[in-house]
Amino acid sequence: MMRFYRMLLYFYPVSFRAEYGRELCAAFEREHGGRHGVGALTTFVAALGDVVPNAFAVHWDILRQDLRYMLRAIRQAPGFAITAVLVVALGVGANTAAFSVADFVLIRPLPFPHPERLVKLWETTPGYDQMELSPGNYRDWKADAKSFAAMGAYTTTAVNLTGTGEPQRLQTAPVTSDLFAVLGVRPLIGRWFNAADTVAAQSVILSYDLWQTQFGGDTRVLGQHVELDGTSNTVIGVMPPEFRFPTRDVALWTPLAFSDSALIERTDNYLEVVGRLRDGATLDGARAELSVIATRLRHDFPTENEGTGSYLNALRDDLSARSRLLLLALCGAALCILLLACANLANLLLARAVSREREIAVRAALGAGRERLVRQLVTESIVLALVGGVVGLAVAGVAVPGLARLVPDDLPIGQAPTLDLRVLLFAAVTIAITGLGFGIVPALRAGGARGLAGLRDGARAGGGRRQRTRGILVAIEVMASVVLLVSSGLLVRAMWRLQSVQTGFVADSVITLRTALPMPRYATAQAREPFFTRVLSDIRSLPGVTSAAYVSGLPMVMKGGVWGVALKGRAVIRDRSNSASLRFITPQYFTTLRIPIREGRDVSETDRTGRPYVAVVSESFAKRFWPNEDPIGKRFDAALHEREVVGVVGDVRVRGLEQQSEPQLYIPYLQADSGVLTYYTPKDLVIRTASSPAVLLPRIRQIIRAADPSQPISNVQTMQEVVASQTASRMGQLRVLGILAAIALLLAAVGIHGLLSFTVSRRTQEIGVRVALGAHSGQIMTMVVREGLLLCLAGVVPGLAIAYIAGRGMQALLVGVQPSDPIALGVAVGATCLTALLGCARPALRAARVDPSEALRAE
Amino acid sequence: MLPLPPATFHILMSVADEDRHGYAIIQDVAARTDGELKLSAGTLYRSIQRMLDQGLIAEARTRPAPALDDERRRYYSITALGVAVARAEMRRLTQLIRLAKARGLTPETA
Repeated sequence: MMRFYRMLLYFYPVSFRAEYGRELCAAFEREHGGRHGVGALTTFVAALGDVVPNAFAVHWDILRQDLRYMLRAIRQAPGFAITAVLVVALGVGANTAAFSVADFVLIRPLPFPHPERLVKLWETTPGYDQMELSPGNYRDWKADAKSFAAMGAYTTTAVNLTGTGEPQRLQTAPVTSDLFAVLGVRPLIGRWFNAADTVAAQSVILSYDLWQTQFGGDTRVLGQHVELDGTSNTVIGVMPPEFRFPTRDVALWTPLAFSDSALIERTDNYLEVVGRLRDGATLDGARAELSVIATRLRHDFPTENEGTGSYLNALRDDLSARSRLLLLALCGAALCILLLACANLANLLLARAVSREREIAVRAALGAGRERLVRQLVTESIVLALVGGVVGLAVAGVAVPGLARLVPDDLPIGQAPTLDLRVLLFAAVTIAITGLGFGIVPALRAGGARGLAGLRDGARAGGGRRQRTRGILVAIEVMASVVLLVSSGLLVRAMWRLQSVQTGFVADSVITLRTALPMPRYATAQAREPFFTRVLSDIRSLPGVTSAAYVSGLPMVMKGGVWGVALKGRAVIRDRSNSASLRFITPQYFTTLRIPIREGRDVSETDRTGRPYVAVVSESFAKRFWPNEDPIGKRFDAALHEREVVGVVGDVRVRGLEQQSEPQLYIPYLQADSGVLTYYTPKDLVIRTASSPAVLLPRIRQIIRAADPSQPISNVQTMQEVVASQTASRMGQLRVLGILAAIALLLAAVGIHGLLSFTVSRRTQEIGVRVALGAHSGQIMTMVVREGLLLCLAGVVPGLAIAYIAGRGMQALLVGVQPSDPIALGVAVGATCLTALLGCARPALRAARVDPSEALRAE
Repeated sequence: MLPLPPATFHILMSVADEDRHGYAIIQDVAARTDGELKLSAGTLYRSIQRMLDQGLIAEARTRPAPALDDERRRYYSITALGVAVARAEMRRLTQLIRLAKARGLTPETA
């Protein structure tokens, strides 16, 4: 019984137990000692009822006392508390924000039931690691593979929605009916497609957002007809708000069916395929099975499936390596900041503990137990960490929306991460690490035997070991800031390199917008000609417009759209080097984008069906097929006809600034066959003009409405915006990294300054002696500065090593800039040393001004 | 500090006339209240600690004759502040009772 009571006493604070434990036991023994049986049980309960609430009350008393004491101390020296809170807030804020985005994009399960079994399927073809599937191969994979519980296909396109107010261009996903079984998400109202819908192809399912904005969230929308590209479709369902498949901008789902001829043709790759693994099936098993199937199909269709393999990935991981790296770099930067914050906080607390050494020693001498003092310091650390953590959460709350642009567009998730329970939990862990981990250790050290030696010591020496600890902490701060600076520097260099890439066109003063003509109404070149002619001639006659043209797709916007090129008598090789980026254009396209015509001529209005099939090719195209020959007049097969080269133009970065582009092939818009290749129908209007878009747009809208009142206008932007969007996510990342690096540098400088000031004030006597013995103030200053620079160097060297490793990891983002780039490294080291010098300045000056007579009299 | 928690007031009364150690206070309080209030050890020492902090009581400097003394016992005596606070509490309670009587309230007769 007594043993039990003694154990219960551990609920009490140590100081209380030490003070009253024996008496408590004695009192308890007299009262209850020697009971057995039922009596013992009641005693047991009584003891519990006595100890627990009383122990709690004692803890509470001490806490209140400590907090009061702390508030008083803070009021006397608010600088320390404010700095500590800000440092913790920074560490917690940066990490919580980075985690919330990384978790949202990389970690969190996708919003589907059993998301871990969802996989994405790709073909591999020569030159392309991830190619969409052809309908024929999709059908065979689906029929033969046993690893999947379900498999479904989709593609994405856009349709014109008319009849519900202003005509609109909406992103649409034609999907096979079995996609439902794969994803397992039920419509909010109505139903999903069935096989009959697929055949009839006249039904549509709405996204929640579209339902809310266009149909007022009315359930009577079911059965209603909507006009899509001029044909009537029945609404059969509405999906729930969190269903964003395949991407968040999809507003409609329509049934996807394959014609018999489409199933025979195996080189038209446009299907995106997702599958759900069967219970017990593994990713590797499915990979192996698909690989066998692909090999068999290669045998069965040697021409169409030449070099075609399979590629399988978890849907969660179907995210570009670049997006992943951008985020990982951000997380790395946040970790650097956390490290810095921890080092800084520990340093602050150590410095404070030292400056309070005397006070603590006095309190100890007056009878406060060591445990009480440590407890006081720990309480302070916890409170500082909590307050800092809360401020940090607020920082994260402000920062997270700004990070939304780092969320890639190609995932079935929303736009913006939110601060939810997972993120809060993460924040709590960060707070615990920063505040508690790095707060308690200095407290324990300060309260330790050495700390209590303060009075005896005359409180001057400062203790060599503690000084060394602080030096190491400062070096760590410098190291973290060097890593951040170098990484940011490398990314800035990469950005510059990208921005200096020649796009091949002149983006200034070009407005673009999209008028995607609906099929089948505009399925023939004859049907389209009046629209294009009228719109272009009206726009060209607007004041301030220099030229205008239509193209199948803008460079950097439409990146795909390639076609295999064959020379007379030779078979088409399905290889990246033999594919060309295919565009149908109207005259003036090259003039408008200022793509230089090197040889021959532009396409013309007289290049029509019935006339010789002609083409304009890019320089790389000419060089690829006719090296060292004059390409004009040469003939080749592409886009269903043999065509003759009539012009050669400069190359354009079709696939954007960071990727290599295929050679380009331009075909006159009037030489398109009826009803086929509608994907390449010109839809993007480019206008070179001195006027501002705001002035011109209303007139352009009028012109298009006059040509076809049901034609929506979408994607209005300047060509400069198109180019800028190429580097937008980098810009976002760089801005964040830049801010973090600046903060890191500042913190490191504060660390150096703090430590040196402290050393100088501790060494005043020593410096006084030196001066008295004849040292110049210059020598004294050199001594202090040398110490500061040594600290800096101790951080710079490992910092550079880590930065190099980090740079190697980010190589894919660096577009050829080497991790050892001398400019990035030089600037980072220079900035760090300069900041270190600034941190040294004040302490050095103070040291130089030490008056020997006063310094020696001081004690 | 007012109103005083009942345990505190009882402890003050207990050490008002002579210095007592912890267990003696428990026994004294129980005796004076005819066993109605039995302070638990936990409540007693928590109150003692708080009262020491507040300066209501102090550890007694003089100890009883060694024969009667127990090494581990500590004796507590009331301080001037303790007396003042106890008086103030009495005033407060007396006032309260006067007010209640003025309204015609009387304690139940057993």
